Amino acid sequence: MVRIDGKGDGTALVRVRNLDKKYTRGNEEIHVLQGLNLDVDAGDFVAFMGPSGSGKTTLLNLLGGLDVPTSGSITVAGDEITRMSSGNLTAWRARHVGFIFQLYNLIPVLTAFQNVELPLLLTRLSKAERRKHVETALAVVGLSDRMGHYPRQLSGGQEQRVAIARAVVADPTFLLCDEPTGDLDRKSADEIMEIIDRLVREHGKTVLMVSHDPQAAGRAKVVLHLDKGVLMEAAGGLA
Amino acid sequence: MKSFRLVWANLRRKKVRTTLTIGSFAVALFLFGLLAAIRVGFRGGADAAGADRLNVINRVSLILPLPLSYRDRVLQVPGVANVTYATWFGGVYQDERNFFAQFAVDKDTWFDVYADYVVSPEGRAAFMRDRQACMVGRALAKRFGFKVGDRIPVRGTIWAGDWEFNIAGIFEGSRPDADTTGMFFRADYLEENRQFGKGTVGWYVVKLRDPGDAVQVTKAIDALFANSPFETLTQTEKAFAASFVNQMGNIELLIMTIGLVVFFTLLLVTGNTMAIAVRERSGELAVLKTIGFSDPRVMRLILAEAVLIAAQGGLVGLALAKLVLPGLTRALPMLGVLYVSPLTFAAGFLLALAVGAAAGLLPAIGAMRLKVVDALRRV
Repeated sequence: MVRIDGKGDGTALVRVRNLDKKYTRGNEEIHVLQGLNLDVDAGDFVAFMGPSGSGKTTLLNLLGGLDVPTSGSITVAGDEITRMSSGNLTAWRARHVGFIFQLYNLIPVLTAFQNVELPLLLTRLSKAERRKHVETALAVVGLSDRMGHYPRQLSGGQEQRVAIARAVVADPTFLLCDEPTGDLDRKSADEIMEIIDRLVREHGKTVLMVSHDPQAAGRAKVVLHLDKGVLMEAAGGLA
Repeated sequence: MKSFRLVWANLRRKKVRTTLTIGSFAVALFLFGLLAAIRVGFRGGADAAGADRLNVINRVSLILPLPLSYRDRVLQVPGVANVTYATWFGGVYQDERNFFAQFAVDKDTWFDVYADYVVSPEGRAAFMRDRQACMVGRALAKRFGFKVGDRIPVRGTIWAGDWEFNIAGIFEGSRPDADTTGMFFRADYLEENRQFGKGTVGWYVVKLRDPGDAVQVTKAIDALFANSPFETLTQTEKAFAASFVNQMGNIELLIMTIGLVVFFTLLLVTGNTMAIAVRERSGELAVLKTIGFSDPRVMRLILAEAVLIAAQGGLVGLALAKLVLPGLTRALPMLGVLYVSPLTFAAGFLLALAVGAAAGLLPAIGAMRLKVVDALRRV
C-alpha cells in the first residue's frame, strides 16, 4: 500500500515525512521538494511522473541516500537514513539499495560479469560465491551468454540488463530506477520493463521508478505525480 | 586486493597515455640509477676505504714524492702493523684513449695491506718471481681481453720509454664496488729503469694494528718528519679518497640537483595525468560511490593506480640502468666501476613509489571528495 498523506501506521518499508529540499543558485532559492510525505510497503512498485524540474530525480537521490534533505526524514526498513553520517550512508546504500540509471552507467573497461560483480566486492563473499551470485543475476536478466562481453560489445538494451543485474546481485532491500527506459527504443524498453515487473512479481522486490514514459509507468502498481515539488495522486487514485 | 582488477583495467583504459606515463617514470628512474652509480663510482674510493689504513703523502702536494727511506722509520711508530707504498706511473697502452691507472707497488707488502684485493696464490707467486710482472684487475682484463701470461707494452709519459709487463695474475675485489679497473706492477722494476726520482715513492699506506689508534699514529708520523725537506701529511684513507673526489668539484650536489629537478618534473607530469584521468572518470567514480564504494576506498583506488604506474616505470628504468651500466663502465673507465647496487635499486624503487603516491594524492583526494549527485548530473 502506498500513502502520500503522512498517516501511515509505521509498518511501511519506506517512510518519508515532511521532506523539504532547497537549492541555492546565486541569490535565488529553489524549493525542489515541499513537505513531501510518502509510505511505501515492501513489494510495491511505484512510478513517479512529472515534468522536467519537478523534483523526481532529487526525490530518488534522497531516497537512495545520495543527497541529504534540507529538512524532514526518510526511514527505510527502520533505519532513519537522514540521520546517518556520510560513511554509514555509503555502507547502508551497499546493503539496501540497487540503482538503475537511464544511461546504464556501466564501467566500460570491465566485462558484464565484472560490472555485475562490483557490489559484491564490498561483501565478505568468497570468489566462488561471488561467481555464483553474478551468474544467477545475469541469468535473471537473460544474459548468461554475454558474461565476458564488454559494454561496447552490447546493445543498449543488453547494457541496461547488465545494469539491472548489477542492481539486484547483492539482493538489496529496494530498487531505485531513474528513467530506466529513457535511452531505449520501444522494444528494448518493453523488455526492460518486463524484467523489472518480474523482479516485483516473482522476486518480491520493492521498486521506486522515475519515468517520463507513460507506458513504462503503466507497469507500476501505483503512479504518483510530482509537480513543483509536491506529490499528488494520479487520476486512478492509490492502490 | 579484490579491487585490483578494477585498478588494472583502468590502467589499460588509455594504453598510450599509461605507457607514456610509465615511460616517464622509466626514464627518470633510469637516470636515477645512472646518477647514483656515477656518484658511487666517484665516491667508490672513499666508501671502499679501509678504516685501518692511513695514507702518507708529501705535505706540499700529492704529486711530490717521499723518500723510500721513510718506510723503515714509519714501521717503528707504535701502532703501525705494516707499511707499503705506491707510485703513479701514468703510462699509455697502445692509445691515449685506452686510459687506465698503473701503479708501481711494493711486491712484498702491497697485497698484504690491501687484503681486499683478492689474488690467487699462483698469481702472487708469479708476481714475486718475475721483475716485470704485473697484476691487472678483473674489469681491466675484461675490457682489453687480457689473460694471464700476456705481455703488455706501455709507453711511459713520466718516465719515457717503452715498458713491458707480464701479466702474473688477475685480481678481484672482495666487494662488488671494488675498483678492478687498474694495474699494479713491481716498484723495483720501475726503480731499476727510471731516469729520475730514484729512491723515492709516491705515497705510503700504513696498516694500523687498531683503527682506534688512527689519530695518535697520524700525529706521530707527521711529527717524525716535521721540519724535514719532505714533510708528510698523514690522513685516514677515507679522508684521502674524499679529498681526491673533491678535487673534481661538488659532484654530489650536482647529481642531487639534477635528480631533484627530474623527480619534481615527474611529479607534476604524473599528477597532471592522474588529474585528467580522474576528471574523465568522475561519472564512473560517482557510480562506484552509488553502489557503495566508500570515499576512502575510491581514494585508495586512484592512489593504487598512480603507485602501480610508478612501480612499473620504476622497475623498467632501474632494470635498464642495470643493463646499460656495465657497457658504460667499459666505455668510460675513468668513472670507476658503475653498477646499480641492491641498495640503490631498493632506494630507487621506493622513491618511484613515493613520487607515484605523491602525484596521485591530490587527484585521489579530489575523487574522494567528489559529490555523487553532482557527478551523476554531468554523466
